[in-house]
Amino acid sequence: MDFASSERAGAQPREITSAKIVIAGGFGVGKTTLVGSVSEIEPLTTEALMTSAGQGVDDASKVPGKETTTVAMDFGRITMADDLILYLFGTPGQTRFWFMWDELIRGAVGAAVLVDTRRIADAFAPLDYFENRHLPYIVALNCFDNAPRYEPDEVREALAIPPHVPLVLCDARHRDSVKGVLVQVVEHAMATLVAEQSGGYPAVVG
Amino acid sequence: MGQPQDPRGNLVRPYAVTRGRTEPRRDIPIEAVLVASQAAVQEARFAGHDKYRIAVLCEAKPQSLAEIAALTRLPLGVGRVLVADMVADGLLSLHSAAPKKGFTERMDLLERVLSGLRKL
Repeated sequence: MDFASSERAGAQPREITSAKIVIAGGFGVGKTTLVGSVSEIEPLTTEALMTSAGQGVDDASKVPGKETTTVAMDFGRITMADDLILYLFGTPGQTRFWFMWDELIRGAVGAAVLVDTRRIADAFAPLDYFENRHLPYIVALNCFDNAPRYEPDEVREALAIPPHVPLVLCDARHRDSVKGVLVQVVEHAMATLVAEQSGGYPAVVG
Repeated sequence: MGQPQDPRGNLVRPYAVTRGRTEPRRDIPIEAVLVASQAAVQEARFAGHDKYRIAVLCEAKPQSLAEIAALTRLPLGVGRVLVADMVADGLLSLHSAAPKKGFTERMDLLERVLSGLRKL
């Protein structure tokens, strides 16, 4: 920040740091419910415009002939201190908007991939995405009422989740449960960072 | 997709508030927080309706780019252009998103976030 702008606009002398955690998963898996369970604000929706051709840009005005579409992302906020805010961003559900995921994960602390055990196959695409990105992530099984209950090991095997990726059970509607998921994400991010620092492979956590 | 098409093209209107510019003057992360002083709000009265609304929001409490876009109902790309202008013009101060480099800096942040979550 340059001197002039901090002089005129700097109402608060302290630098406010914002961190974000990404909540990923297929359409209707409960991402917004999860965010809403811990957010201090009603989840908000921010919209990005893009061409239906799926260019990796939020800028379709240079191609006015193409059809445009709106991608919506829901997010919440937890103010942790005067100088620290955590944002939780839900990814767009539709997999054709993956380029938007790239923007969301940039600079994120980590991610949780939410899985609905009634539609396990929907998790393949999001899991593939994170397997090829340099971002610590965990898998959270959202236990819907009446959903088939699987042993975590069964799910891990069915989805081919690597052994170093933590897998937890959760209920996206319950604050304490969601808090537990977020704690796992951050702990896993810490373990990954430590492992990177010492040049090793990420340790098994949880 | 599948929505009726405005014959003028549905991108003309959103980007009209940026006078057609689609590239922000600087890249601003979606979670970066912006703050406006009271003096900046007064100044922003002359900067146009959308910039004034943004200044008022960011004076009330620190807001991320994502919140600004959501609360003003501007598309993210449009909000980013306006916010970048306002930072350049000294109407908003841009605060830092999470550090990407440095073991100690990153670990400190993770520890603070973890302790914040545990206190929820």
